[in-house]
Amino acid sequence: MKKILTSGIALLAAGVMGATSAQAETLRLLTWGGYAPENVIELFEAETGHTVEVTKSNNEEMVAKLRATNGGGFDLAQPSQDRIAGAQAEFDIYKPIDLSKIDESQFITSMLEATKGNTTYNDEIYGVPHVWGTSGLVVNKAEAGDVKDYLDLCDASVAGKVSYRLKRPTLIGFAFSMGLDPFAAYNDEEAYKDILAKVEDKLIECKPNVKTYWGGGDEIKNLLRSGEVVAAMAWDTGGWSLNEDNADITFVAPEAGALGWIDTFVLPKRGRADEAAYAWINFVMQPEIAAMITNSAGNFTASKGGDEGVDEALKVRYQESFPPEAVDNIKWYPTVPANLETLEGAVLDRVKAAN
Amino acid sequence: MNSVHSRLSLYLLFTPFLLWLALLIIIPHIFMFLVSISVKTGVREYVTGLGNYMVFFTEPLYWNTFARTAFMSISATFLTLLIGFPVAYYIAKLTRGRTKTTLFLMCLIPFWVSELVRTFGWMILLRETGIFSSFLQYIGLASEPIEFLYNDAAIMVGLVYTSMLFMVVPLVTTLDSLDDSLIEAGYDLGGNGITVLREIIIPHAMPGIVSGCIVVFMLSLGNYLTPILLGGKDSLWFTGLIYDQFITRFNWELGSAFGFLLLILSSTIVWAGLKLSGQSLTDTVGR
Repeated sequence: MKKILTSGIALLAAGVMGATSAQAETLRLLTWGGYAPENVIELFEAETGHTVEVTKSNNEEMVAKLRATNGGGFDLAQPSQDRIAGAQAEFDIYKPIDLSKIDESQFITSMLEATKGNTTYNDEIYGVPHVWGTSGLVVNKAEAGDVKDYLDLCDASVAGKVSYRLKRPTLIGFAFSMGLDPFAAYNDEEAYKDILAKVEDKLIECKPNVKTYWGGGDEIKNLLRSGEVVAAMAWDTGGWSLNEDNADITFVAPEAGALGWIDTFVLPKRGRADEAAYAWINFVMQPEIAAMITNSAGNFTASKGGDEGVDEALKVRYQESFPPEAVDNIKWYPTVPANLETLEGAVLDRVKAAN
Repeated sequence: MNSVHSRLSLYLLFTPFLLWLALLIIIPHIFMFLVSISVKTGVREYVTGLGNYMVFFTEPLYWNTFARTAFMSISATFLTLLIGFPVAYYIAKLTRGRTKTTLFLMCLIPFWVSELVRTFGWMILLRETGIFSSFLQYIGLASEPIEFLYNDAAIMVGLVYTSMLFMVVPLVTTLDSLDDSLIEAGYDLGGNGITVLREIIIPHAMPGIVSGCIVVFMLSLGNYLTPILLGGKDSLWFTGLIYDQFITRFNWELGSAFGFLLLILSSTIVWAGLKLSGQSLTDTVGR
């Protein structure tokens, strides 16, 4: 009798535990620094009962990590929209998004539609937008007020005090600045090779001007803050956060156009907590939560009305860097076709090796 | 009964080593080899072949980068030996008791923090607004900030510093075992400092020198952080290339091929070094 009772209790306990674990999941989130601030996580956990584990990463690492595990290990990831269709075609690491589980009314419609289009592969939609921003120039105006476009970084007046990354945004930015249109040539390999060859020559010619090719966001901020570098290619948020400490330094939208990116939500193929993932998406797209994320990451979100609760100081910086015509001139990254990055990689290697 | 026991304990003792060897070294390398011989022909299409290895030999950039990495690693090894030998000799032969322990400990202390922190330490010292540059301006030797960072010399400094311990420890051990009376006998027989060093100390320390050199060479060749952080815009390093292929280019096939080439070529260099110095692995590492 006692035995039956204990096993009954054990069964009951197992049932209860099973029931709670079906509701409360652990959301393993693969994201960028600042996109999942502590205060937002606390609110989310209190409201839904799910727990959140955050792993901070960047575009390339996200794809590499998911490729290594065949799309496992994480339940929600946030690569940029141009890294979804190509990566899906190549490595099959995401699963389609069930739009019926997402509250589409919370999104800025144009941005949602654009992202849907860009992340479609084989008629399935893989991504919805979250945070957007641009990369362009961060300039110390007291020292290098003349730097207004990517090519100005090669000017003799800033020799030895310039830094940019050896990554694809640099190739794209320089190409636009040279009057070429790399995005139009994305699907024409010969034309794209042609553009890359011209950019390669320019970057090699420009190399003596460069102090160092920066790698991480903190590195370039240090270089600019110490005054060792006076003009760099970098993200808008980096420029704005430096602007808080030193009013001379700020983000400048280049004449050729700032390069616009949208970071998205995607579901890794073997993610286990889809319920929690959809709950997180709907939760963070609420205007007041989106404003909290903007205050933490420095970038605006695709949430409708999400810019209202944002810090006044950040809004002012944004408006200074982006007069209306500069906003219209933003070059949004289209989907990177598979194989393109091999071509670009070879160019970047040769630039690095050149003397 | 007894032999069953001893055989069982032999197997038990052998198991951790076998697991380590199989799980962490042999199996990953088999997978890496399989990846390295699949050549990409299109989206999700691969054929088996040696195309990835051919890339290394046909594109001079990769070949040159390897040569540069190997050359700088060898130079770093020699520099480490040149600096490490007097240090080790002093610790092993000229000090006793507590001083000896203290000095040995002082060689160890920098290794209590991670390599990243040590490298950042050098960046703080060497950068344009860093301590060296400011000090030179302060004492009037320089009129404007000097950039010490982002060149090959900075890489060399970083490499020598990070690998110093691995040279000093084997040297101290072998020099410790050298009987002082042999050195005295050398002087008694009319030798001077140089001949004693050449005829007695170095031959005795040879196994330590060689094993230290092997470790330092392999550490430098496989170093990733130091060359990338200190080297700046010209700092091509072979491990950096492998990282790029894997992480930023998504080209695991080429990355694996490079990994294998690094393994083969570095083993060849070590083998050649052993042959040239007339040592064998059993003499140096096996002792």
